[in-house]
Amino acid sequence: MAVTIVNPENLVYARPKGFTDTPTHYCPGCTHGTAHRLVAEVLEEMNILDKTIGVAPVGCAVFAYNYINTDFVEAAHGRAPAMATGIKRVLPDRVVFSYQGDGDLASIGMAETVHAAARGENITIIFINNAIYGMTGGQMAPTTLPGMKTTSSPNGRDVETQGYPIRVSEMLATLDGAGYIVRRSLHDPKNIRLAKKAIRLAFETQVHGLGFSMVELLSTCNTGWGVTPLESLKWLEEHMIPAFPLGDYKIAPSVAAIKI
Amino acid sequence: MAREMWKGNEAIAEAAVRAGVEAYFGYPITPQNEVLEYLSHRMPELGRAFVQAESEPAAINMVYGAACTGARVMTSSSSPGISLMQEGLSYIAGTEVPMVLVNVMRGGPGLGNIAPSQGDYNQICKGGGHGDYHPIVLAPASIQEAVDLMPVAFELAHKYRNICTILIDGSIGQMMEPIQLPEMQPVVRKEYDWAVSGAKGRERHVLTSIYLDVPTEEKINLRILGRWREAQANEIRFKEYYLEDAETIIIGFGTAGRIALSAVRAARALGIKVGLFRPISVNPFPYKRVEELCKQAQSFLVVEMNTGQMLKDVQASVRNRVPVRFYGRLGGVMPFPDEFVHEIQEMIKNPGKTEDDPADLWYLRMMAR
Repeated sequence: MAVTIVNPENLVYARPKGFTDTPTHYCPGCTHGTAHRLVAEVLEEMNILDKTIGVAPVGCAVFAYNYINTDFVEAAHGRAPAMATGIKRVLPDRVVFSYQGDGDLASIGMAETVHAAARGENITIIFINNAIYGMTGGQMAPTTLPGMKTTSSPNGRDVETQGYPIRVSEMLATLDGAGYIVRRSLHDPKNIRLAKKAIRLAFETQVHGLGFSMVELLSTCNTGWGVTPLESLKWLEEHMIPAFPLGDYKIAPSVAAIKI
Repeated sequence: MAREMWKGNEAIAEAAVRAGVEAYFGYPITPQNEVLEYLSHRMPELGRAFVQAESEPAAINMVYGAACTGARVMTSSSSPGISLMQEGLSYIAGTEVPMVLVNVMRGGPGLGNIAPSQGDYNQICKGGGHGDYHPIVLAPASIQEAVDLMPVAFELAHKYRNICTILIDGSIGQMMEPIQLPEMQPVVRKEYDWAVSGAKGRERHVLTSIYLDVPTEEKINLRILGRWREAQANEIRFKEYYLEDAETIIIGFGTAGRIALSAVRAARALGIKVGLFRPISVNPFPYKRVEELCKQAQSFLVVEMNTGQMLKDVQASVRNRVPVRFYGRLGGVMPFPDEFVHEIQEMIKNPGKTEDDPADLWYLRMMAR
């Protein structure tokens, strides 16, 4: 039923222009929708929707292009930073971002991620870290916590045989080409607001030509984790934040000087 | 324009520049390094994009991204590196975006060696990556022909929204020859109705190779096949030598075809009525022309620097109407013209039966050497 807003000041919530009118395919409770919305809002607020090209990953966000209302390409698994590089080098005045999960970015695509950052490639990555492979049914990811049960670590991740989780933001922050590397979380409204600010600054970093930018977003996968949406938010706060501390890992002085 | 001495790999790189290539992404591998090295200074001085990628998979996915903008883009590599690119090539084919690939083939399988080989014919012509797709493949036999085909490769890639491969081997990449380079063309970025560039003043464009709805994927496969059928109808290229009165016809592509031309001339000097048919488009393969030649030829000799990969395409045309003999050298060994002359003489002495398996008989001869 169409609703007419008589007084614009009463409008407190609307679909951003950066979003298409498409029903979500994400599981109820998943934070992908929140992350998508933040990206869409930032692109709209920066007035760059019509000069942005997104690169979708392989994983749950493979259909990110169904929702975020810009030109889009769909990459092979893990290769989004390389594909984004190709687009950005040919169209340097456009805004190019990839949106990738932990399996895509930190496992199969680790080389592409590290080298895009090392080159100081002027692209932005939105990195969804939910410690699991969601789309394929909940297997162990490079960010799965020690002892965490997944379909491929059914007794809990055994660090003796399956190794330790990778802290991507900390690692990329060591690279000179990185301009802006931060970790935020999507588990409550306050942190979602902080995440949006970070996404804004990441895109500003790119628009100002200040090098590689990435926002890591701690996210939930209640389906893969086998808990309710509410429990998943609590689990993120209690288990993921201690393993992946929130914070600013690299803010180049030139990025810190950006006035929004 | 003057004729100048150029090394094959560098000449190909310069020809690509003159054909308006806007972006190159590559990774070092012998014997194609000079393409990458040459473009590492030539592209930046023209304000065009050059990236030495961290790997071949990264290089081909950079090409994939750049190709989605509609720009003229290319990469080059050699056999093991081409294997690493197959994933990206399949995605590029599935997304229907144009690109040019140069494969400077070397001995294999595995790490093999860095000597000239034609062992990648099947991989390059028959797909290589997963799924149903058919890349256009041009196989020049000299540096001049390679540089002449560079602009053609870009035109075909964009006309058919497909991969166009220039298939050469290490000898063409590494040797020097006097050549005349094509004229410098201006860079022209066409506004394609499928390319991504930011949706300013138009509907947004989405380029993907995933179609979960299977009837849709079938339609996409048919669309890709439709363009391929057009290429099959319009893009057959070959060259014929001394065929007017030839009773025996040699068929070889690339370097093997070039060596065969020396062999034909030597055999002609001995009074043998032999000619050469050299496919240039090895995909689409000139099946119809080979079929026509069956009316004239008393026998065919197929020569390759592999175990008889193109031989299967020739046999598909000949269909046992005329005896076919095969001669191949492998693993980076270059055949001499004398070896082909000897094969011609042996074939005339004993043309064999049309139902003989030429690859089988060749193998037995090789093992008896």
